[in-house]
Amino acid sequence: MSATTPDPTAPLMACHECDALVRDRPLPPGGVARCPRCGGLLRRARQNSIERTLAFTLAGLILFTLANVYPFMTFQLEGREQVSNLVSGALVLWREGLPELGLLVFLTSIGFPALQIFGLLYVLVPLRLERRPARHFGPVFRMILAVGPWGMLEVYLLGVLVAIVKLSEMATLTPGVAFWSFCGLIVTATAANASLDPDVIWQKLERAR
Amino acid sequence: MSAAPATASRAGLMGCHGCGLLLRRRHAKRGQSLRCPRCAAPVHDRKPESFQRTAALVFTAAVLYVPANLFPIMTVISFGKGRADTILTGIVHLAHTGMLSLALLVFFASVLVPVLKLVGISFLLWSIHRRWRWRPRDRTLLYRIIESVGRWSMIDIFMISILVALVKLGNVATIETGLGATCFAAVVVLTMFASMSFDPRLIWDAMEEEA
Repeated sequence: MSATTPDPTAPLMACHECDALVRDRPLPPGGVARCPRCGGLLRRARQNSIERTLAFTLAGLILFTLANVYPFMTFQLEGREQVSNLVSGALVLWREGLPELGLLVFLTSIGFPALQIFGLLYVLVPLRLERRPARHFGPVFRMILAVGPWGMLEVYLLGVLVAIVKLSEMATLTPGVAFWSFCGLIVTATAANASLDPDVIWQKLERAR
Repeated sequence: MSAAPATASRAGLMGCHGCGLLLRRRHAKRGQSLRCPRCAAPVHDRKPESFQRTAALVFTAAVLYVPANLFPIMTVISFGKGRADTILTGIVHLAHTGMLSLALLVFFASVLVPVLKLVGISFLLWSIHRRWRWRPRDRTLLYRIIESVGRWSMIDIFMISILVALVKLGNVATIETGLGATCFAAVVVLTMFASMSFDPRLIWDAMEEEA
């Protein structure tokens, strides 16, 4: 990386992991810039970042709605049947006197993913339509970025898998529409995150002002 | 790399923690807080009180890690028989029912990851405290791993919530969540906050000092 001639006019950026000052050179599509000192990821060039993120987020909104409306899992034992929803686990924990656990499960499996979907739409739609940037753009977009690690859809899915195995010896479990929508939601949320390029969005905001 | 690259700090600059915008370092007047002109985040050179906050969070998590492993995370009572499972006995049970791969996965998420986080962050704090100049690049990599892997420890908590929902609603058995589950969830959340409040730039600040 140090072999290429540095462009003295390129803007500087600071590595957020080791504070090294690095020239922000233009990247080829799909290119990755790493910090020469610590190896940290500086920037990853994404194509059509805003359009792709919007598309995946809209698809995610539909799947998220389905995942919350339809039954998640059907539990069958000796002729009796019980249907549970995505939110059931959190609700039962809350009612059973463990409100803090219930709240944590609710936030990480429903609340934060929802916040991310609606936040992204709120911020990206005006940007895409070349309208005036949304109010409180900065804090909202920072909130979206900060909430990222707390949305734990894929971890939740593994938890479901372990629960199914544990229960399979005593009952029959059938995944419902919500379960499959939830699996799809993991795909769209991951794709939205992978196509999101915060640098492009911050720069676009600066120009729009 | 011949010469060491300049750092933002040495050049009197700082990268905004919110959006990465490079800003000239200024001193705030009394009662005034500096905000990034682009994203409105509070601006600081390093994460505020990073060392103390991280140390406090890791210490609390380490203390809670003991009851998290000693107390059962749940008790299943079906047909009059009750079985209490701690995190470890749950994994052993899973392995005995023939789901070895799943048992390994839960072992990784519920045992290895929390231990790696507690030991790893403590090690990083210690190395900063002693102003080590040893392998900063590898220590930064360790930080990156700790930061990205932490969320996976929630598997057990989610598993409990789903079991409770299905079984409670089905009225076939009772599942009681134990104190261990709450302690364990607290460990996961606290260590996530700890890795977020840790500032990897502190590893590199020691390299700036004259040997």
